[in-house]
Amino acid sequence: MKFVIAVFSPGHAPSSRRALLFAQAALAGGHEIVRLFFYQDGVHSASANVVTPQDENDVPAHWREFVTAHQLDAVVCIAAALRRGVLNDEEANRYQRPAANLPVPWELSGLGQLHEAAQSADRLVCFGGD
Amino acid sequence: MAKSLLIISRQAPWSGPSAREALDIALAGGAFDLPLGMLFLDDGVFQLAPNQQPALLQQKNLAANLQALPMFGVEDLFVAASSLAERGLDPDGLGLPVQVLDDAGLTALIDRFDQVVTL
Repeated sequence: MKFVIAVFSPGHAPSSRRALLFAQAALAGGHEIVRLFFYQDGVHSASANVVTPQDENDVPAHWREFVTAHQLDAVVCIAAALRRGVLNDEEANRYQRPAANLPVPWELSGLGQLHEAAQSADRLVCFGGD
Repeated sequence: MAKSLLIISRQAPWSGPSAREALDIALAGGAFDLPLGMLFLDDGVFQLAPNQQPALLQQKNLAANLQALPMFGVEDLFVAASSLAERGLDPDGLGLPVQVLDDAGLTALIDRFDQVVTL
């Protein structure tokens, strides 16, 4: 089955961790992830600047490793990200901000990417709230 | 055939960017001519309350953006009767032409769409 997984919560929210576990289980079960889409506070789940205490689960790092290892299409909504200070090099330069926190493997793009992926997938599964 | 998507908007317009971000999903999908519906549920019904003065809260007015929905081809707009009643809002005095649904109607609505996003 083809999944689109949308994440609306930051890395410190249990729902972001659940989304990651779901995504891992989907691939382990032989399914395909058409796209991961990070929206609303979910853009923080992609931030490279999150520093998690050593004895806690570093969910943003695990997302990064998961996306990289499986070469997934992982899109962060650009409007939601700019509003929350999640920027790649290009946007940091464009808006003259002192730091970028969205390196590869993430791609900044628009909401059309969510719609496009949802059209090609069998299931759209969203994770938000706590 | 394109898959249909129901966007359920559950946050008040003054409680952060959630209401605007739910609307943005609808407008983006409308621009692609996708079959979309939007349901205002729980505190999301406050987006339909008339005569709001968001400038007093130093906020932008979401109402003007909501008016754009029909222009973007998103005409299937719904509101939960129970959410309106809980908050004392009059179904006949809302800021947008919406269909008022009872709880059975909500179940049927959600069932009718291929996909659902709740914000």
